[in-house]
Amino acid sequence: MTISLMRLVLSALLGLVLLGAGPGFVTEGRSQGAADIAPAVARFAADSYSDTEAGLAALALSPNPQAAAIVDAVGDGRLMFDPATKTVYVKTKAGGLTDAATGAAVTTAPADLKTVRLNNRVRRAVEAAAGALALASPDAAKRIDAAGAVFKSRDVAALPALDAAIARERDTDVKAALAQARAAIILTKVDAPEAERIAATKLIVDRGDQEALALLAGVPADASPALRTAADAGIEKINRSLAFWNVAQNIWYGLSLGSVLLLAAIGLAITFGVMGVINMAHGEMVMLGAYTTFVVQELIRTKAPYLFDWSLAIALPLAFLFTGLVGIVIERTVIRFLYGRPLETLLATWGISLMLQQATRTIFGPTNKEVGAPSWMSGAFQLGQLSITYNRLCIIIFALGVFFALLVVLKRTSLGLYVRAVTQNRRMAGAMGIRTGRIDALTFGLGSGIAGIAGVALSQIDNVSPNLGQGYIIDSFMVVVFGGVGNLWGTLVAAFSLGIANKLLEPFAGAVLAKIALLVFIILFIQKRPRGLFALKGRAVES
Amino acid sequence: MRGLGIVDRPGAIFLILLVAAAILVPIANLVVPEGSPFHISNYLVPLLGKYLCYALLAVSVDLVWGYCGVLSLGHGAFFALGGYAMGMYLMRQIGARGVYGNPVLPDFMVFLNYKELPWFWYGFDWFPFAMIMALVVPGVLAFAFGWFAFRSRVTGVYLSIITQAMTFALMLAFFRNDMGFGGNNGLTDFKDILGFSISADSTRVTLFVLSAVALAAGYLLCRALVTSKYGKVLVAVRDAESRTRFLGYRVANYKLLAWTVSAMLAGAAGALYVPQVGIINPGEFAPANSIEIVIWVAVGGRGTLVGAALGALIVNAGKTWFTGVLPEAWLFALGALFVLVTLFLPRGVLGLWGSLSARRHKPAPSAVASAKPAE
Repeated sequence: MTISLMRLVLSALLGLVLLGAGPGFVTEGRSQGAADIAPAVARFAADSYSDTEAGLAALALSPNPQAAAIVDAVGDGRLMFDPATKTVYVKTKAGGLTDAATGAAVTTAPADLKTVRLNNRVRRAVEAAAGALALASPDAAKRIDAAGAVFKSRDVAALPALDAAIARERDTDVKAALAQARAAIILTKVDAPEAERIAATKLIVDRGDQEALALLAGVPADASPALRTAADAGIEKINRSLAFWNVAQNIWYGLSLGSVLLLAAIGLAITFGVMGVINMAHGEMVMLGAYTTFVVQELIRTKAPYLFDWSLAIALPLAFLFTGLVGIVIERTVIRFLYGRPLETLLATWGISLMLQQATRTIFGPTNKEVGAPSWMSGAFQLGQLSITYNRLCIIIFALGVFFALLVVLKRTSLGLYVRAVTQNRRMAGAMGIRTGRIDALTFGLGSGIAGIAGVALSQIDNVSPNLGQGYIIDSFMVVVFGGVGNLWGTLVAAFSLGIANKLLEPFAGAVLAKIALLVFIILFIQKRPRGLFALKGRAVES
Repeated sequence: MRGLGIVDRPGAIFLILLVAAAILVPIANLVVPEGSPFHISNYLVPLLGKYLCYALLAVSVDLVWGYCGVLSLGHGAFFALGGYAMGMYLMRQIGARGVYGNPVLPDFMVFLNYKELPWFWYGFDWFPFAMIMALVVPGVLAFAFGWFAFRSRVTGVYLSIITQAMTFALMLAFFRNDMGFGGNNGLTDFKDILGFSISADSTRVTLFVLSAVALAAGYLLCRALVTSKYGKVLVAVRDAESRTRFLGYRVANYKLLAWTVSAMLAGAAGALYVPQVGIINPGEFAPANSIEIVIWVAVGGRGTLVGAALGALIVNAGKTWFTGVLPEAWLFALGALFVLVTLFLPRGVLGLWGSLSARRHKPAPSAVASAKPAE
């Protein structure tokens, strides 16, 4: 099991090394340094397994760029030699032939070439040599990967190469990884001095992940008491830190879910929270925003592929304008006749949502649409034991950005002033000369437009299908109601607390039960505070 | 005699039509020969029976929305719970005839490696118990839900949203395989009910007649409630809740009674629905279904009871027709119906008919027109 895993990792590494270093040097036909590998290369022509092994061992420590190509060729059975002249050739993957020692292309292939034979011991030697060469790679990331592979394999044979690599390493990150790999070997090496093994324990505890835990747990019970104690203390320490990182991981997932909830709910916080319209078509505005992204990307793919990394930035204003316009049309044709009858706006907007869904289905078909991610959003980085993906991070930042932009619009612009005036006292605002109808339309358009840009972001993490909006509508209402209608900050707090609570419950209850528990919690919460977390205080009796 | 006084003119017409349907449909199905234009096919009988169940469900929603001002977006949950109670009885009746031939455990339990029957399945092999449960389970859930909600004075939009959360939570729960209710496949493959084969013509006709009787009984019960003194207070709660409270009425209790009765009626409708369609699954809990019920009531005319039943029949007949002829267009039609009815027919078809007839003979405003729903 471990052997095959190691083989896999090492061959992958080898491939990387070759991609980086091999072909360039080969085609340039660089002969510098060829002298120092010539004796090693010559051993391959001896046609004996032990000579081949010795040749591989010599190549493993060689800085010559040809070494990796030769080792790879041995493993693949592409290393040839001419029994007559004792010259060794590498048959390239493309089928050409190069001189192994110099890397120079050979135009006329000699007859009677023999392949350097392989057995299991040679294969192991190939892997060891490839691993050692990767440790000497000029690319720091590859060296770290190689160190990780050694950490997993704990191959004692890699020790000399590892020591050499540690001695010449300048990069602290790589050095730490190499030291951990060395510690892993020392710890499992039964004949190593006890003091060294205990020191190795410390290094492994510092690593602090599941693999380190497995390694320490693997220290046999009959090891010396001092080592055993050190290992047990290490296990406990790692367990504590893992528990901490586990919670941190769940909180991170919770923040991520919270940002999705915030994005989905924030437009509704305007149309429902500020205007009092129970906008059941809100989810469909999100869906339209996602489809706008899809259309923009399709156009970019066919017309201007070089703009692809900018597709989301281009889609954002378009989605805002498009869904905003749809919102204004809905407001002017349907909703304005229903102010003061909230339950009937619910029915009318539900009808609109059905029509929008069916229209999308008719135009784009019922299947999921592929929306790509720009290159700068893919990938992840490591924060302690947390793996943080860039697209989730972008969505959190984006959600907060949209939130604060909206806050500024409502509190610091004249439009925001009018909106607040109209929603607080429509007739008085009208008497002051505010065109209430126009403000209603603009507010609804603003809320819908924000739902649209939420759709651009959500297209990155969800399936873009006509049903996209349906999945968000109930969650959005829960967030707005829980946070307190008419209060943007409440929506923010509600989104993140529901998101984090959901993810913290999930490990115990499972995804579905966690969701059910939160729904029940909100139902009970509404009983206690019927106006949400941050209700606007008032003493009026309704109706 | 008060028993007859509770029925108004549209109600009387409605009851007469129901009785006529209960008599004529069995004759048209069983007696009239197949080639005759008056023959009702075996396909049509359970379909009509299904409509009647929907109509009863709509009447139950109208009781709380039309007369008490509580817009429930969760009545599909009560309907589905009643349906599950009936489904559990029908599952137990399959006995050893299932695919796995287990005499006690339904097929899905064998499949999911259940060793014994979960405790909440006990008793469901006995028909009266199952039927009581079809009423009691939705009733108790509604009572508990309403007890909290109405005492905390959760009203209007908030109440609608938490009823929606309730049915959504139940849907998620019933979709889980380890709940013991068949997961997302639900309960199906029923064989017989009270010893009669469920697919036999006579059973289907009987179920149709029972649905018609249940609809008539449900209508009369609601009518008795809303025409009584209790009903007057209920309407007062709808139109001015705070004022009614200040007058000394315990508003929460008035609402709670209507709410619980309504949930039990919905449960009864669900129990009649399941044997006629042959399946019950968690999709019935979907919030969209519950919203659709509300539009039936709105189309027919809120606060009229007869209108609710009429709306359920119209919309569902339209759905059957559309999905057969123009499946693409059904959601457009339904969506447009939602918009047009709320904009132009706030009192529904029955309200339209009422105001048209009121215009014809001016001095007598019809009873329907005077029942003006207010927000």
